[in-house]
Amino acid sequence: MEAASIELFVNAIVAGLLLGGFYAAVSVGISISFGMLDVVNIAHPAFIILGSYIAYTVNARFGFDPILTSVVLSPLFFALGLLLYRIYYLCFEKRGQESLRGLAFFFGVLFITEVTLVLIFGVDYVQARTAYTDATERIAGIDFPLRLVVPFFVSLAMVIGLQFFLTRTFFGRAVLAVAQDQLALRLMGVDPVRVKGLAFALSIATAGVAGALLIVILPVQPSIGREYIGLVFAVCVLGGMGSIWGTLVGALVLGTAESFTATFFGPSWAPAVSFGLLLATLAFRPAGLFGR
Amino acid sequence: MKFRSMLAAALGAIAFSTTVAAQQPLKIGFGMSLTGALAGNGKAALIAMEQWRDDVNAKGGILGRKVEYVYYDDQTQPASVPALYTKLMDVDKVDIVVSGYGTAVIAPAIPVMMQRNMCFMTLFGLNPNGKFNYDKYFQIMPAGPQPGVGWTQSFFDVAMAMNPKPKTVAIVGADAEYPHNALDGARVHIKKHGLKIVYDKTYPPNTVDYAPIVRAIQATNPDLVYVASYPPDTAGMIRAANEVGLKTRMFGGGMVGLQYASLRTQLGPLLNGVVNYEMYAPEVSKKFPFLEKIIGKYQERAVKEGVDPLGYYLPPYAYAMMEVLGQAITATKGTDQAKLAEYIHKTTFDTVVGKVAFAKNGEWASSRVLMVQFGGIKGNSLDEWKGPGRITVLGPSEYKTGNVRAPFQDNRK
Repeated sequence: MEAASIELFVNAIVAGLLLGGFYAAVSVGISISFGMLDVVNIAHPAFIILGSYIAYTVNARFGFDPILTSVVLSPLFFALGLLLYRIYYLCFEKRGQESLRGLAFFFGVLFITEVTLVLIFGVDYVQARTAYTDATERIAGIDFPLRLVVPFFVSLAMVIGLQFFLTRTFFGRAVLAVAQDQLALRLMGVDPVRVKGLAFALSIATAGVAGALLIVILPVQPSIGREYIGLVFAVCVLGGMGSIWGTLVGALVLGTAESFTATFFGPSWAPAVSFGLLLATLAFRPAGLFGR
Repeated sequence: MKFRSMLAAALGAIAFSTTVAAQQPLKIGFGMSLTGALAGNGKAALIAMEQWRDDVNAKGGILGRKVEYVYYDDQTQPASVPALYTKLMDVDKVDIVVSGYGTAVIAPAIPVMMQRNMCFMTLFGLNPNGKFNYDKYFQIMPAGPQPGVGWTQSFFDVAMAMNPKPKTVAIVGADAEYPHNALDGARVHIKKHGLKIVYDKTYPPNTVDYAPIVRAIQATNPDLVYVASYPPDTAGMIRAANEVGLKTRMFGGGMVGLQYASLRTQLGPLLNGVVNYEMYAPEVSKKFPFLEKIIGKYQERAVKEGVDPLGYYLPPYAYAMMEVLGQAITATKGTDQAKLAEYIHKTTFDTVVGKVAFAKNGEWASSRVLMVQFGGIKGNSLDEWKGPGRITVLGPSEYKTGNVRAPFQDNRK
């Protein structure tokens, strides 16, 4: 009986960490756009779903792995992000109207993207098929479902790659600088608008990859993105605005809390515990776990 | 003379207005899930309802009036439903209203109907009228006069026929109207059969990973696992059962989504051994000869519109719902809501889903929910499902084609 309880406990932790890895992937883009650039991109989940459908289409037609497809097609999402930021900047940010009108703009983008997906793909649930979708490795009584393990490692690679990029490259440091002081950056001879545009494009590129992870994990339909709006901002805030490591740790914390609660106390309590943790963390560390 | 002229003019005006009214379209209003979690079924239902409208209009309409729909997307959002139906009645001035698909969007419409004394035909809600007891409510889903009980009856009848009899059961469902009502019905049977509940919880509908839930269920070693779920959680629970290696004698019961093509093809062999409710199966097609007509026409259009290409679940009943309404309007010669309700209560209708009669509470007079077990599924192709061979009908007895293969996990070997 005790061995079974330990096995249940360890499985709950492992499942939570795997889930948290996925949460990190869907949230890291918001950490850049909202955490660093102060752009409330409420349409971020819609781009995740767009990424899901593109990955699904290539997978269904040609049999290519959806995650590899998303990496190859990430420049397209990057370009889309550039275009979107350009419109946002010219229409709202440049005129000082980014707060409420900018938010409304992204709501509009969310709904337009959703409706476009409905018109093109229909409303039925779809899911990508891969060699690892239904496979599970069992090691010492611990389950490792590959549809969660593979996205976990891809997410980890994406987060580590982003952190490296932001801290070790000139452009990455320019993004961190624009988050701190745009005027100072301009005085250094760097155009903050250009930097923000490229950073925003990077956040949309991560959404494309996150979408591929999503459609490996569970079935998707066009309006499912709305269910992730609260989660992505919660992870960003919990981790600390603009902190990539914070996003990863925050996501792992939320995923583990959700899994642990679902296993031992009932799944209905999981959102309450997760968001209760968020509130408790903010009460003691208003800047989030890794925020300054 | 003057009086006769005025009388003639008045009679002429009345005759003219009657003719004009008769030529005005018969407007039927409803909300339907065209986006959101239940849109797959909503769009499929809409196709069938439009089929009925087109069939009726091809024969000259009802009482000489062409049928016209006025509908809006309820986005599978219950909060949008009251305002939507208020607009249909107050602004669009529809003559008749019917419901959208599903318990979650039917329940919030009922108070609006009660306020306006409207006759309300509804599409696949599990006991949404249980608390309102509205006398003009009618349900086309064949769950029987006690819907929650009738819905879950076959699962527990099949389970208790196993030897040895099961002793323990785990019940789990989404935090939503339908699963709550289904689990209430399950508890009635559990109490009746003296089963012990070892797990009884609900989960948020937007749960991503269901493995912790299934693992917690496994830890209680239940003989039976009854699940009441919507399509995304149905897929999640079945995947989780596979990943955790769930061991139980029977698994399934009230999982919405397994009735249509998208989930069947996605899950493929993972469905082997799952026991679940159905409205129709090709294996018993001879018992439902009237369905061939509607399913064939539906399938042609469904493929073009990117909705469920099989159409075994909702479309026939959506068509039948409109048939009941159409026959009632014809028989009562108008759209008087009280007369329609009275007529529907006392009449047995001939429809594409067979004879339909209603109990006092507006539900079907008797239950006709099939309980089936999936088996022999080898791949993920739609072709596996187009004919008989993947489904064993376990009950009710008049439709039975075989016995349950237990335990559940042995079906995966």
